[in-house]
Amino acid sequence: MLTVPLEIVTPERIVLSMDVRMVILRGGDGEIGILPRHMPLATAVKPCLVRIRLADDRQDVVPVSGGFVEVLPEKITILADTAELPEEIDVDRALRAKDRAEKQLQAAADEEEAERARQALTRAELRLQAVEEHKRLNGFLHASAPSA
Amino acid sequence: MAQNSMRDIRRRIKSVRNTAQITKAMEMVAAAKLRRVQDAVQQSKPYLSKMQEMLANLSLSARHVKHPLLAVRPVRRIGYLVITADRGLAGPYNAQVVRAAMQEFGKRDKGSYAIYSVGKRGRNFFQRRGLPIAAEVVDLPDTPTYDSVRHLAENIIAAYEREEFDELYFIYNEFINAAVQRPVVHKVLPLASLGENAQGPRRNYLFEPDEESVLAALLPRYAETLVYQAVLDAKASEHAARMNAMGNATDNALELIEKLTLSLNRARQAAITTQIAEIVGGAEALK
Repeated sequence: MLTVPLEIVTPERIVLSMDVRMVILRGGDGEIGILPRHMPLATAVKPCLVRIRLADDRQDVVPVSGGFVEVLPEKITILADTAELPEEIDVDRALRAKDRAEKQLQAAADEEEAERARQALTRAELRLQAVEEHKRLNGFLHASAPSA
Repeated sequence: MAQNSMRDIRRRIKSVRNTAQITKAMEMVAAAKLRRVQDAVQQSKPYLSKMQEMLANLSLSARHVKHPLLAVRPVRRIGYLVITADRGLAGPYNAQVVRAAMQEFGKRDKGSYAIYSVGKRGRNFFQRRGLPIAAEVVDLPDTPTYDSVRHLAENIIAAYEREEFDELYFIYNEFINAAVQRPVVHKVLPLASLGENAQGPRRNYLFEPDEESVLAALLPRYAETLVYQAVLDAKASEHAARMNAMGNATDNALELIEKLTLSLNRARQAAITTQIAEIVGGAEALK
């Protein structure tokens, strides 16, 4: 089975690095699925759950709060603003962040504040969704062994 | 009299020993923090180099694209990002940066520059002198997270795009190694040479939706990453500087203890000699 190395990098660290069979993410022009030997492509990544499928058909998700992806035939690199593995996510904290963002959105004085709150809200919701999806898929990504 | 001076010396030795213990502890704490930041610096490198690679590739096929971060404008105002520490006891760390900054400011008319300040030390200094601080960040964590500088970085880039200033300089202590940190002043914006530092092969990508919008999204993020990198680097320098300063302080304290011990022994010897002389004198007198 054909695979391609995938790396998810944030300004702080390499979140994940492994061989995958397929990656699905929200690009600048909508959802794209990337398979091995894809032609070179560069696009923005919108906040989304990046779906990863391994050669043995196991799946998992990584929440990404925006960034870029560089696709080469032999390598995929996601430059994410923030990203974490599902097991690293602190559900309580995400819930609190969601709460806070909702309040900020209501109290926002101008468009800039509102936009900031909306982004924070999206980030929190994605984290919560990621935890759900990770459970549902019985995901393979574990905090203790981030890279294979 | 001898008794008094001996007690004084003992008291001083004790107090210096306490100081040495404290500086020793601070040295070790700084060393641990330095290791952690150096780790973070290492971890943050792949992101930046990947971004440089992408920008290099982009600049090949998007040479015609105009972007405010690339545009060279006539220089009317300059922005300075000055990175200092929140606390002192770090040797020449803060003074060095502030001196370099003041030298730069001296070249310009007041009102023709704006300061973006990281760290309490720099902020307090500039505030006291009534220098124009456009934005500031204090109380950064010992290992700064991207989130902790993101707001400042976005602020700076946005101000540059609004043409509030026409060039951006970073002034901070560059981390050379654990023993050497050098204050540097370097120009960051406009981004002059895209991808000069990039390694790796050049490719022709497909851009979605097009070069311009990818570049427009990538450039500000790249500039923000540069801010983050500078802050990390400065933080590594800070911990290294503090480690060295505290190491020197410990050495000095130990040296002082040695000297004091010597004079204590001398005082004690003198007291004993005096006592013997008195006894001998007394015995002589009885004969």
